[in-house]
Amino acid sequence: MARTVTAQRKAINTGVAWVIGLLIFFPILWTFLTSFKTEAQAIADPPVWFFFDWTLENYRVVQERSNYTRFLWNSIYIAGGSTILGMIVAIPAAWSMAFVPSNQTKNILLWMLSTKMLPAVGVLYPIYLIFIQLGLLDSRFGLTIVIMLINLPIMVWMLYTYFKEIPTEILEAARMDGAGLREEILFVLTPMAIPGIASTILLNVILAWNEAFWTLNLTAARAAPLTAFIASYSSPEGLFYAKLSAASTMAIAPILILGWFSQKQLVRGLTFGAVK
Amino acid sequence: MGRIVLEQVTKSFGDVTVIPPLDLTIEDGEFTVFVGPSGCGKSTLLRLIAGLEDVTSGSILIDGKESADIPPAKRGLAMVFQSYALYPHMTVRKNIAFPLRMAGMSREEQDRRVERAAEVLNLTDYLDRRPGQLSGGQRQRVAIGRAIVREPAAFLFDEPLSNLDAALRVGMRLEISQLHNRLQTTMIYVTHDQVEAMTMADRIVVLRAGHIEQVGTPLELYRYPRNLFVAGFIGSPKMNLLEGAEARKHDAHTIGIRPEHFTVSTHEGEWSGVVGVSEQLGSDTFFHVHETGLAESVTVRADGELDIKHGDRLFLTPRHERMHRFDRDGHRIA
Repeated sequence: MARTVTAQRKAINTGVAWVIGLLIFFPILWTFLTSFKTEAQAIADPPVWFFFDWTLENYRVVQERSNYTRFLWNSIYIAGGSTILGMIVAIPAAWSMAFVPSNQTKNILLWMLSTKMLPAVGVLYPIYLIFIQLGLLDSRFGLTIVIMLINLPIMVWMLYTYFKEIPTEILEAARMDGAGLREEILFVLTPMAIPGIASTILLNVILAWNEAFWTLNLTAARAAPLTAFIASYSSPEGLFYAKLSAASTMAIAPILILGWFSQKQLVRGLTFGAVK
Repeated sequence: MGRIVLEQVTKSFGDVTVIPPLDLTIEDGEFTVFVGPSGCGKSTLLRLIAGLEDVTSGSILIDGKESADIPPAKRGLAMVFQSYALYPHMTVRKNIAFPLRMAGMSREEQDRRVERAAEVLNLTDYLDRRPGQLSGGQRQRVAIGRAIVREPAAFLFDEPLSNLDAALRVGMRLEISQLHNRLQTTMIYVTHDQVEAMTMADRIVVLRAGHIEQVGTPLELYRYPRNLFVAGFIGSPKMNLLEGAEARKHDAHTIGIRPEHFTVSTHEGEWSGVVGVSEQLGSDTFFHVHETGLAESVTVRADGELDIKHGDRLFLTPRHERMHRFDRDGHRIA
């Protein structure tokens, strides 16, 4: 029997979904609103919602005290660089595991995933010492490498699952149709893998952008990205909620906008596979 | 031209030998069907000819040219896969044109050939659609279109109809046969369905565990199966195979009689038994007869309008001239 959904039921479900959605979104909204308040309004009790004197003062102060663009540039460098480097390693790795598997392939995949189960703090000491030895502390390059390595297992796994869904028969058909390896990759594999590659890139940029543990521990001033920018407003300045909110809003805005515009691509990538 | 000769071809995956040394000649223009139960090596054999698998040893001659070390693209063969294997991101037109594009053919020539193939296969209205928007039968036709445009030396079909429903399968079977009549190009067709083999083939190659059990025209295999395996595999419903006293009467270890080679009567005959299940097809009825005093139950074909039901007694007389005799090792006794 088909499930019947009454209008009333539908309305309740929609209402519940909205409430949950708003609850999840609330901290971001509140941060956004607070960033336009004065410090006094920010800690007012009862809290003020929309009717306060909207001001850009906090943004001006934040920009004055610390150079936002430098942090932003560091974030772009680290997120972009680690993604590009990661893809250069992950695509061939996932490719060979998906199309020319050996009997150890499954074990290697599991081993890679297991590295994600280790708490990051567990390797902080050795990595910190290595960074000192190599003079990589507070360098964008060093951080890019570490973040690339941190996210590499996820990239390989994601790409592997996408490549795995491309039926080998299609590649064989291309071979029968006269395509050499180059044409096979160019005209058949890549177009079919693009959604998967794109969503892997997107997810990785987001993960790298939001990564705070390593960026906070391995940077000081020169290489610090936006995560460090937010953190710098939380402790030493005391409780300046409005300025902290302004800094947070500036830090998350770029990635939020990127995510907003690419959500269609992300969803498509994550549901790709209906070939047959 | 498409004469394909396999000489002492073997294939092993690690320690497992899938194809022991095998010789086979497929004549130009012939419709050859490889048939056998799953795991018999028929698909592997086809993939060896295609070049999608490398032979472990032996040689494959395509029109006299040693091809075992030539990549699939250069062998001049076209293949139709069970899953159709269409390029999902290309339109039907681009799918069909792909081999031509790979061959570096001019755009006009590509268009001309694609249009012609589409006409032959009734795909003209669908040329600008993508595979995802087509039905199973249409997709299979696109796959065939992609194979015929390049005018290959031979077509290889790997169970192309298994994913279609029964009615469509019969229709496509006919279309492929007509295509062969028109093109007169060598076709090698792999199937586990002996009905497809019987209805389409010029010559059938029956395989078991990588061995060729028998090669012959459909009627040769039907009339003179060389051993018990072929006897049991070719023909539907299966041949009745009887051992024991009845077989010894005929100086054989096993005797075989096809369901259609009995004289059926309600009052007299050599054997008698009770009807168990009767399968009515309208044109024919198949009776499964038990309690005949023979070791096994016997399947017989009778006229479709014979009024006999479950539990009735039936008399059977095997037509002795159509009886097959086999020795202890399962080989045919002439």
